[in-house]
Amino acid sequence: MYVWIWRHLPGPLAVKLGQVLLLVALVSALLLFVIFPWIEPHLPINKVTVPKK
Amino acid sequence: MTQTTEVAAPPPPPEPRHRRAGMSTGDKVRFVLRGFGQTLITLGLVVLLFVVYEVWITNIYAAREQKKVTKALIKEWQKENELALPGSADPTVPLGTGLGILYIPRLGRDYHFTIVQGSAVPDDSQLEKGPAHYKDTQLPGQVGNFAVAGHRVGKGEPFLNIDKLRSGDAVIVETRTYWYVYKVLGDPAGQNPQKAHSDVPIAGGGTVSLPGRVIIDPSQGQVLDPVPTAPGQGTDNSADKPAVPLMTMTTCHPKFTASHRMIVFARLAGAPVKNLNLTMPQSVLSLYDEVGT
Repeated sequence: MYVWIWRHLPGPLAVKLGQVLLLVALVSALLLFVIFPWIEPHLPINKVTVPKK
Repeated sequence: MTQTTEVAAPPPPPEPRHRRAGMSTGDKVRFVLRGFGQTLITLGLVVLLFVVYEVWITNIYAAREQKKVTKALIKEWQKENELALPGSADPTVPLGTGLGILYIPRLGRDYHFTIVQGSAVPDDSQLEKGPAHYKDTQLPGQVGNFAVAGHRVGKGEPFLNIDKLRSGDAVIVETRTYWYVYKVLGDPAGQNPQKAHSDVPIAGGGTVSLPGRVIIDPSQGQVLDPVPTAPGQGTDNSADKPAVPLMTMTTCHPKFTASHRMIVFARLAGAPVKNLNLTMPQSVLSLYDEVGT
């Protein structure tokens, strides 16, 4: 997959590297600010309360 | 010999690498394995990024929320409200707004969190702002049980180091009218609160034994009772017969998980000190010197 992406990026090496960094930043931002906040409440972590009797 | 090389025909151009047709079986196996490996590495990186999110990014958001509720609370307190008679603590604090400020000398002089009003069981949006009060439990200083939940890891992590508290350690709650000093249960002071107990009086005479700290199953809501029950420490018969003001803090245990809850019990120590001008009174300040922070 990564090889395929690298091969399809246009331009010389420096331009390709810039695009790769941009892609990584985009994917990270999507995960950190959209996907993780959405998925987190459904995960069995960080539950700090006990139920009312 | 160099001459023969010059006349030799150039080698045929290599096959384009991305043409999958004509792949040998070995190539196909390598192709699939490589894809599998790359997927696993990607998933690993995503999980690492999730850890970064949990322990770092959520704290940034939570700190912002905490700052907002603290500012609003201080502003509210600074309003001279003639109608609020001393001691008539407003029992109807809107959900998600501040009701008091928590200080724990053992956790440092810079440790302070505004406690927000939570639902009957505080929800995520309230807990993100700060430690949240279980609405149906008592308010600070009242006879019964003032119960507060807080995050252990991420989301501001107010209760990250709650396990560092020893028996007798002060847990201070500032309200508009009073400073309340609770002390973690367990005799004698300085013990591991999980192994030390205190006898807590109940109405109509008698006492119940409570530890300073206990790890419980997530379903054991009886720790919120006016007279809480630590699992394996007697029965529920005394639940509604409180005689003294207690405080209960709940958080997750072990860190990061939902498998258990860590509970810390404390009892009001001494008479509350009037909150004159929203500055910490000397008697409360001296509690910091006791633990050397």
